[in-house]
Amino acid sequence: MAQHATTPGALLPILHAVQDALGCIPPEVVGDIAQGLNLSRAEVHGVISYYPHFRQQPGGRQVVQVCQAESCKAMGADALMAHAAQVLGCGVHGTRADGAVSLEPVYCLGLCASSPAIMVGDRLHARVTPQRLSEIAAGLGVAA
Amino acid sequence: MTAGTVRVYVPRDAAALACGADEVAAAIASACAQRGQAVEIIRNGSRGLFWLEPMVEVATPQGRIAYGPVSPADVPALLDAGLLHGSAHALCHGLTDAIPYLARQERLTFTRMGVTDPLSLADYEAHGGWAGLRRAQSMDGAAVVDEVLQSGLRGRGGAAFPAGIKWKTVRAAGGPQKYVVCNADEGDSGTYSDRMTMEGDPYMLIEGMAIAALAVGATQGFIYIRSEYPHAIATMTEAIARATAAGWLGDAFRLAVRKGAGSYVCGEETAMLESIEGKRGIVRAKPPLPAVQGLFGAPTVINNVITLASVPLILAQGAAFYRNYGVGRSHGTLPLQLAGNIKYGGLVEKAFGVTLRELVFGFGGGTASGRPVKAIQVGGPLGAYVPESQWDLPLDYEAYAAVGAVVGHGGIVVHDDTADMAQLARYAMQFCAIESCGKCTPCRIGSTRGVEVIDRIAAGQQREQNVTLLRDLCDTMVHGSLCAMGGMTPYPVLSALNHYPQDFGLPVQEPAHA
Repeated sequence: MAQHATTPGALLPILHAVQDALGCIPPEVVGDIAQGLNLSRAEVHGVISYYPHFRQQPGGRQVVQVCQAESCKAMGADALMAHAAQVLGCGVHGTRADGAVSLEPVYCLGLCASSPAIMVGDRLHARVTPQRLSEIAAGLGVAA
Repeated sequence: MTAGTVRVYVPRDAAALACGADEVAAAIASACAQRGQAVEIIRNGSRGLFWLEPMVEVATPQGRIAYGPVSPADVPALLDAGLLHGSAHALCHGLTDAIPYLARQERLTFTRMGVTDPLSLADYEAHGGWAGLRRAQSMDGAAVVDEVLQSGLRGRGGAAFPAGIKWKTVRAAGGPQKYVVCNADEGDSGTYSDRMTMEGDPYMLIEGMAIAALAVGATQGFIYIRSEYPHAIATMTEAIARATAAGWLGDAFRLAVRKGAGSYVCGEETAMLESIEGKRGIVRAKPPLPAVQGLFGAPTVINNVITLASVPLILAQGAAFYRNYGVGRSHGTLPLQLAGNIKYGGLVEKAFGVTLRELVFGFGGGTASGRPVKAIQVGGPLGAYVPESQWDLPLDYEAYAAVGAVVGHGGIVVHDDTADMAQLARYAMQFCAIESCGKCTPCRIGSTRGVEVIDRIAAGQQREQNVTLLRDLCDTMVHGSLCAMGGMTPYPVLSALNHYPQDFGLPVQEPAHA
């Protein structure tokens, strides 16, 4: 909080810092953030819940994002997402029961000349075939 | 570099990393160390020939020789074949600059792309960097604005508003504080030129923003980058730190990166301002224009990455040089991005006036699947699907507008004949429903109703009535939405319906309502 105290429009940078450190933005920090920025808790909650990037509950230890936008669709992204759900053992927007992996859709990773693309944590993968996705899942220790 | 050390280039662009460029660089380093061969590995940007990534280049007395796509397993055989001397190999493509895909382009803005080490200030300066800013520093701000106005540069984010007029408004606005904001929320599927610029030539963007600041009298700048671009955020942040340390940025103009949080509509300029201010990314009603009352209520220049990145060249070479490229009222060049189901996907910078057929077949080589091309979506998720009858139109803002299409940010997504256009139209409405900020009703409610109506059409329920209803709904969204999110979602929907009626279960001879 102190680090961002003098930053104009500090709320998003603070929320990013919290999520980067804790993996999500737990409800118990909302009050402190609101007080620090002289905002209401509702305003802070409104911002957290508006942006898809912010999580209010912890996700899996790894987040697998599969691009669902047009360019990747043209290269089989719908089938790739279905395959991902199967090999990772969790639904779209879901987390595996053992907490190893969360699966999320993403709308464009900017790798559109090498579609379809996915991101695992901060690691990008392009030209992902179902077989390649199975290999990546095996690397996460959750292969089917 | 000591004698005998060979200079090898392995790109650090995210698209190259996604194909294993780090592993290739490591394989080259370790194999060369084992062989006692001294190499200097430079992590350059990408040339934009993405089907060849990771594309390794070797500096030879004749010029740089390209190899690709290289996997770590290829490295020993490549070295055996004489990679470090630029010798022949199945993966060798000869001199990089002579590869037809590159040689046939008009790279003005992307002239350094893939050539230099993105973070090297020395490289940037040696390749023409800072010449525009130096000239701008010797000019009056009004003359800088005039130069940009005369160049004919229009907003490359999609709206194509003349950049010089926007700058003039901000310059004329009063007040103690003004801002320059770069919209780097490149959320359109099929576009990646902003990402390439930030990762591959970040000082060009910094220079463009510094020139804008001089021109309008701004002292603070922000670059709003989407959270889906971690590499662009890292490179841009480091480039700002280095440019500041070298004195190109400082008290006269400070620059900071702001990270988005996964909201597509934050690419709309007023929603982006709200987001930078720390609020929900909700669209503002206009007027007041951001040029008069923008970030924190102060006059603000907002331009897209490519718009600002085009400015250093315009100042360095003069307005006439830039203006002489292009056709009609579309001056200069556009970095077009070939994407989707395409054989040779990549970045093609050409003057306005090139045709879609030339881009998709002349450069792109048709589909990756080898099947016939069915539809080409130009200009992102809010752009129209362009049918074959329009592939010979000159790519020009006005010519595209005349047929109900948009050039947008220059993204070109190819679909083969397996594409179901009714499902793609449904997706356009669904995407709008997911991403709508919710402020205006046509967008918030219309998109959800649109999904339902298209589902009924696809299921064959009262098809004719529902098509009429869909057209009526699209009309409401076009004319009643606050911003382009709801206002342009009908473009892909109606173009799919008009040009591919058979996919909606309608007779093919249905007259087109462009």
